[in-house]
Amino acid sequence: MADATLLLILVGLPFAGAAVAGLMPTGARNAASILAGAVALAGLGLVGAAYPVVSEGGVLRAEFAWMPTLGLNLVLRMDGFALIFAGMVTGIGALVVLYARYYMSSDDPVPRFFSFLLAFMGAMTGVVVSGNLIQLVFFWELTSLFSFLLIGYWHHTAAARDGARMALTITGAGGLALFAGVLVLGHIVGSYDLDAVLAAGDRIREHPLYLSALILILLGALTKSAQFPFHFWLPHAMSAPTPVSAYLHSATLVKAGVFLMARLWPVLSGTDAWILIVGTAGLITLVIGAFIAIFQNDLKGLLAYSTISHLGLITLLLGLNSKLALVAAVFHTLNHAAFKASLFMAAGIIDHETGTRDIRRLSGLNRSMPFTSRLALVAAAAMAGVPLLNGFLSKEMFFAEALSAEAALPGVLNILPLAAMLASAFAVTYSLRFIHGAFFGPDPVDLPRQPHEPVAWMRFPVEILVLGCIMVGVLPAATIGPFLDVAVRSVLGDDVPYYSLAVWHGFNRPLVMSFVALAGGVLLYLLLQRRLQSGEDGPPLIRRIDGRRIFERTMVFLSWRLARRVEGLTGTRRLQPQLRLIVGAAILAAVAAVWLRGLGPGNLKPSPVDPVLALIWMVGAACALGAAWQAKFHRLAALILLGGVGLVVCITFVWFSAPDLALTQLTVEVVTTVLLLLGLRWLPKRLQVADERGPEVLTRTRRIRDLTLAVAAGGGMALFAYAVMTRTPPELLAQDFLRRAYTEGGGTNVVNVILVDFRGFDTLGEIFVVATVALVTYALLRRFRPAPDSVELPEPQRDQLEADAARMRDGEAGRLADWLIVPFTLTRLIFPVMLTVAVFLLLRGHDLPGGGFSAGMVVAIAIILQYMIGGTDWTERRLRLLPQLWVGVGLLLATGTGLAAWFFGRPFLTTYFAYAELPVIGRIPTASALLFDIGVFALVVGATLLMLVALAHQSVRGHRATPRPPAAPATREAARAAAAGED
Amino acid sequence: MELVVSIGIGVLVGSGVWLLLRPRTFQVVIGLCLLSYAVNLFIFSTGGLRSGAAAILAPGEAGSLAQYADPVPQALVLTAIVIGFATTALLLVLLLAARGLTGTDHVDGRERGR
Repeated sequence: MADATLLLILVGLPFAGAAVAGLMPTGARNAASILAGAVALAGLGLVGAAYPVVSEGGVLRAEFAWMPTLGLNLVLRMDGFALIFAGMVTGIGALVVLYARYYMSSDDPVPRFFSFLLAFMGAMTGVVVSGNLIQLVFFWELTSLFSFLLIGYWHHTAAARDGARMALTITGAGGLALFAGVLVLGHIVGSYDLDAVLAAGDRIREHPLYLSALILILLGALTKSAQFPFHFWLPHAMSAPTPVSAYLHSATLVKAGVFLMARLWPVLSGTDAWILIVGTAGLITLVIGAFIAIFQNDLKGLLAYSTISHLGLITLLLGLNSKLALVAAVFHTLNHAAFKASLFMAAGIIDHETGTRDIRRLSGLNRSMPFTSRLALVAAAAMAGVPLLNGFLSKEMFFAEALSAEAALPGVLNILPLAAMLASAFAVTYSLRFIHGAFFGPDPVDLPRQPHEPVAWMRFPVEILVLGCIMVGVLPAATIGPFLDVAVRSVLGDDVPYYSLAVWHGFNRPLVMSFVALAGGVLLYLLLQRRLQSGEDGPPLIRRIDGRRIFERTMVFLSWRLARRVEGLTGTRRLQPQLRLIVGAAILAAVAAVWLRGLGPGNLKPSPVDPVLALIWMVGAACALGAAWQAKFHRLAALILLGGVGLVVCITFVWFSAPDLALTQLTVEVVTTVLLLLGLRWLPKRLQVADERGPEVLTRTRRIRDLTLAVAAGGGMALFAYAVMTRTPPELLAQDFLRRAYTEGGGTNVVNVILVDFRGFDTLGEIFVVATVALVTYALLRRFRPAPDSVELPEPQRDQLEADAARMRDGEAGRLADWLIVPFTLTRLIFPVMLTVAVFLLLRGHDLPGGGFSAGMVVAIAIILQYMIGGTDWTERRLRLLPQLWVGVGLLLATGTGLAAWFFGRPFLTTYFAYAELPVIGRIPTASALLFDIGVFALVVGATLLMLVALAHQSVRGHRATPRPPAAPATREAARAAAAGED
Repeated sequence: MELVVSIGIGVLVGSGVWLLLRPRTFQVVIGLCLLSYAVNLFIFSTGGLRSGAAAILAPGEAGSLAQYADPVPQALVLTAIVIGFATTALLLVLLLAARGLTGTDHVDGRERGR
């Protein structure tokens, strides 16, 4: 099989399996576990298939272009070291799957569990076979993510959620640091390719950025491997299902940190900084973890701290800057995976069969579950480092290294063997406690379940692993020897020091240390036994130092208190200060630009001032100022003045040769005014009270400040506009459009040709915006609830109705309806005329001022006029409007015209044009752009009517006022019922 | 001429910004309308103010900037006018809904100091 295929399948298969398992029904426990087991075994088979090549010193490598311009390729690479880890991930993975099949209750959504587990397996495999550092970090973060999901699998319990969140926060943050470190490393080397990095060891160590890269990368590795002071997440991750603990916390997740340190060992180690950071972290973790483990009453808690301690041991070995120590570290990684996975599984079996994991309640299980107890005994002995088991061998190597280490600090050198012995003694103590506490002593009383042996298949994975422990312990050179050799050789190259994998090395100092540790541990257990049996959870002296509490305090501080304070200092929920900042920033930006670049006089001589336009603009300016002045207390006046400004703008367009704009502006002006008029009805009454004292000082300062901003903005804008107008406009597209409008677009109205042809796509986007806005408006108004004080009819309307009623009684004429007869008749007469005008505007749009926009607006105005004079009821009895239909037809027509071009093999929205002779109307252009324009027309009609009619309808429909917030409906159901009643 | 129009733009912007900074929603709507007039005029004026230039091509002719008004800013402003109307409508409806929901027409949804 080709390298690429093999590696791709190895990494991809678990993810594919995860997707499939995730789609299985909740109850499919067997199917999901068979799938997961098959995937894991297939992975193991692939690893086995790669072994012959790799054991010869070959490297499987596959490279796929990803972002070649950035020097980033997907590189999958498997050497001996990666192979050992991949074998561990898939092999122990297969055992864990088998175990989990029997551990997981059928009440749990088991397929989801296996889906997460497989995805995690894929991510972990991805980490070990990554040949590119960025890619490695990617898979690294995936392992954090999937471990979060696995730890939080029983998400109904708070402990699982908290543990998962803590693990994710710590390892995820570490992952980010690692990412930064890898970027620095890539910067130093000039490549992210692992081979290139591994070849650049000297350059890296001598680089001034070495230390920052080292610290960042170690932050990632040490958090992942739960090293002091980041160790505290691991015990809390024990709220995961036990198979997860057995998998993540023995062989995979926590080993990722160790893997990375060993992987980069050739290039990062060998400096004092490395010894100081890695060695110290490992040493402290080794001793503290072992110490705390003794005092754990939870079986899994004990194993968790023991895991921390053993990871500390491996880290310490890696930190000793010695090649032999690296060999020992890799060896111990494998041994630890075997005995710790089996112990976790044994603890899970005990929990499963007895219902508790509390060592104080458990005892004497040896009689009810003899097989399990013997298996656990062997595994625990391996953990304690008893001779003839695998743990003993790597511990011997560790002792030898501790004795011969060359440390940066001479003081450390002296305490190293002592600390090693102490930690080993502690390990003996907690192993004894695990075994003696659970399996020996009197028969247990008052257990939640009657203990008995588990089903054979659940014990099978434990048996395999324990067999491995014994085999390696007795015949190390024949069993693990070749694999260890392959792994170490791929890290160290041909420079592997001589090491001996033998059970008996003669009577030497490490052996003495081992026996001292064994004896000391037993003694310590005997001394502590009584106290432990009744003692509370947690170690003496440092019980108060709770990593979790510190973590939570930090999190609360960072994500809540600090965030609130910063938000309070720098943020505001009030709109006005935000707008003030925006306006201020805009002014400052303009001033800065002028300051830097200067603003000289323009090259054009301004044209002479025409007194008529000057007069018109005096009116316009007065209107604008008046609108600004009156908008608070006299809204109607402000609205009328706004209309005045609009008219002046419209005249300006006409004046300066833009008839299309004037037409559109005029029609839009009418519609806007009607719209705002309709809205006035729902705004609160605001009366200007004459206050003799005048506004308060604070209000006055605010106004002066705003006035200053407004004057600055207005003055600046005037200056800016003047500067632009007195310069020759740049010749960009205009010339081109003008030249091609008739010859290629088939129209003489260049503006319209631009809209429907040259820039038709922009117009299409624009009408979609208009359609969206109209629909949003409509949707908002369907659930519209006015404020309580706006529900009643407005006062003038009430007065009018009363007066009308009185006149009706007295038989007098002069009611409102009578007065409106004249405009009523006029608007009815004018309606067909306006429609004709609209059609006229639409058809001539391509050649003369007009087009879909203005035509649509004219139709909308015609209909709105009927509404205004005739009233909603009268109009809707006679005119069946379907604004949504118009909107839809418009969009379909415009888009369809664009799509039609595809059928002729042209790009989207290519127009076709010809002239047609129609009777009566004459020669009209029948460009396909006309169809597009008709679409625009229909949309504008529909959207405008939809908005206006929806707003107008609010006045005629019965309203229930929104209750004030305190009196809000008590439940959501009540609110929904009220809303339903309203529709 | 340029002076008149640019002063006009300035007055519109000034009034618009002033209203934008006021506390009542209706003032903000009017202010935004004034601002959009000003911006439309400004964009329009970037093509140069030319009274009496032809806006419509003579049939069968390829036009040039020497005789014709610049159509590009005009096309830009034409769409801007329609979009401006749509957003004004949206803003108006939003403020009506907010006023119904919060009981106040203050831009923050609550009166100052409450």
